[in-house]
Amino acid sequence: MIFEFFADLLGSQILSAIIIAALPLVFIILYVLLANWLERKVSAHMQDRLGPMRVGWHGWLQPIADMIKILQKEDIVAKDADRKLFSAAPVLVFVGCYAAFAAIPFSSAFVGADLELGLLYILAVSSIVVAGILMAGWASNNKYALIGAVRSAAQIISYEIPTVFIILCIIIVSGTLNLTTLSEQQSGTFLNWYILGGDVEGWKKFALIPFMFIGFIVMYISSVAESNRTPFDLPEAESELVAGYHTEYSGMKFAMYLFAEYANMFVVSALVVAMFLGGYQSPFGYVGDLINVPWLIPIEQFFWFTVKGLFFVFVQMWLRWTLPRLRVDQLMALCWKYLIPIAFVNLLIISFLMIL
Amino acid sequence: MQEYFRNIWQGLSTVLTGMKITFKHLFVPAVTIQYPDVKVPLPERVRNRLYVNMDDCIGCDQCARVCPVNCITIETVKSVPGEDLGKTSNGKKKALWVTQFEIDIAKCCYCQLCVFPCPTECIYMTDVYEFSELERENLNFNFVTLSKEEILQKKENYAKLEAEKAAQKAAAAKPAVANPEQKPTDN
Ligand code: SF4
Ligand code: SF4
Repeated sequence: MIFEFFADLLGSQILSAIIIAALPLVFIILYVLLANWLERKVSAHMQDRLGPMRVGWHGWLQPIADMIKILQKEDIVAKDADRKLFSAAPVLVFVGCYAAFAAIPFSSAFVGADLELGLLYILAVSSIVVAGILMAGWASNNKYALIGAVRSAAQIISYEIPTVFIILCIIIVSGTLNLTTLSEQQSGTFLNWYILGGDVEGWKKFALIPFMFIGFIVMYISSVAESNRTPFDLPEAESELVAGYHTEYSGMKFAMYLFAEYANMFVVSALVVAMFLGGYQSPFGYVGDLINVPWLIPIEQFFWFTVKGLFFVFVQMWLRWTLPRLRVDQLMALCWKYLIPIAFVNLLIISFLMIL
Repeated sequence: MQEYFRNIWQGLSTVLTGMKITFKHLFVPAVTIQYPDVKVPLPERVRNRLYVNMDDCIGCDQCARVCPVNCITIETVKSVPGEDLGKTSNGKKKALWVTQFEIDIAKCCYCQLCVFPCPTECIYMTDVYEFSELERENLNFNFVTLSKEEILQKKENYAKLEAEKAAQKAAAAKPAVANPEQKPTDN
C-alpha cells in the first residue's frame, strides 16, 4: 500500500499522510484541466464547431491559460452579502468533493483511506456539498442565487434516495461497503463485474443481469443529477437564473466551484465504476501478470480506473450536449415517480433473488 | 400502468436517439473557418476599402459631389501653361493638379456611388477589409501623390499666373476704364 511505502521512504507517518492527501489534489487539478478542455472540445465537435484551437495543439493549453486569467481576477464580494458565509461556501463545496476522493480506490495500491464503510462515507461527505451550495445561495443575498441553492438542495436530497436504494442492491449482492473489497470481488475478467451479475454462482448470476443493468442506469441518472449537470442543471440554469448559486462569485472562488463540479463528476463516475464496472480491475487481465512484473499491476489498475472514470465523465458531457434542461416538476417527477419506484422494486427483486 | 412503461420506454429511447445524433456529429467535419489563417474567398463585386489611382485622376470632383455622406474631399489647382501633366490611361488630358484627395473611410457607407461617375475609372473598390485602426484619424486616407513642397509650388505657380493675368488685365483695361470712372463725379 502506498501509505506504508511513503512511511518507509520518509520515516514519518505524518509526512506520508500529507503526501497521500495531496495526491488526489494533484489528480483533481490535472483531471480538471483535461476535463475542461475535453468538455469544450466535445461540445464544440458535437455542434460541428472546433472549439479552442489557438493555445497549444488544438487548444490543449486553453484551460491553463484560463486558470492564469482567473487567478488575476478581482475577488468581488457584494456589499450586502454575508462575508463569512460567502467566503466559506466555495471551500466547503470543494472540500465535500475532495473528501470523497479519500475513499475512492484508484488501484489496489492507492486508496487514500481504505474505509470499511467507504460507500456510506462517500454518500455522507457528498452531502456537505449541499450545505455549501445552500450557504452560497443564502450568503449571496441574491434571489437567483437563493433559488438556485434551494433547487440544488431539493434536487440532491431527492436523488440521494434512488442512489441509496441501488447501493443497497449492491450491498446485498456483495456483502460489503468497502470499495476496495468491492473491486477485489470483481477481479478476473469483465464477466465478474457486478453489472454482469458479479461473482454470484449459477443461474442467479444470469437472473441478476437485467436487474443489475436497471440498477446501473438508475444509479447513473441519479448520480448525474447529484452532480448538477445538464439535463439536471437547474441549480445553475444559466437561461433562468444567471448562474444559479454562484451568480455572485468571481475569481478564485468561482474557480473553486468549477473545480468542485468537475471533481464531483469524477466522484460519481468513480462510484458507478467501482460498484458496477469492476472498479480498478482490468477487463481482460493484466500485462503485469503475463510478463511476471508484479509492480506493474497497480499502475495498470490505476490506468483502467482512470479510463473507466473518464469514460463516464465523457458520457456526462455527451448527455449534457444532447439533452435540454428538465423543468422543476419534471425533475421531481422523474425522481419520485420513476427512479424511486423502479429502484425500490429492483431492490426487492434482488434481495429476493439473493435469498433464494 | 401501460402509460407508465410507455413513458419510460419513450424517455430512454429518445435519449438514446439524441445521443446517437450527437455522437455522429462528433465526427462530422467542423464548419468553423479559422479566420486569420483561412479566409473565405470574397464574392465578385464586393465593396470594401476604396482606392484611387492618382495617375488617372483628373480631379473632376464628380466623385466628391455624388458621395451621399461627403466623405471625399478634393482640392485642385489649375496647371500653368507649359506644364505637362500627362494623360490618363484612357486618353484624357489632365489639366488640374490634385492637391488634396482624402477619403474618410470612417464615414464611408460603401455605397459605391462614387465609383460610377468617374470618367477615368480610377476610383474603385478593393478587396481589403482588414484595416481597423486605433485612432479614428488614421481612417482618413490620403491619396495625393504630390509632396508638400510640390503642392506649395503648384499653388504659387498658379497664384503667380493669376497675378500676371490680373496685371495684364488691369493694364489692358486701364484706358477703357479710366473714363467711366470719372463719370460718377459728375453726378
Ligand atoms: S462609397 Fe459611397 S460613401 Fe463611400 S466614398 Fe463612395 S460615394 Fe461616398
Ligand atoms: S471622379 Fe475620378 S477623376 Fe474625378 S476626381 Fe473622382 S477619382 Fe478623380
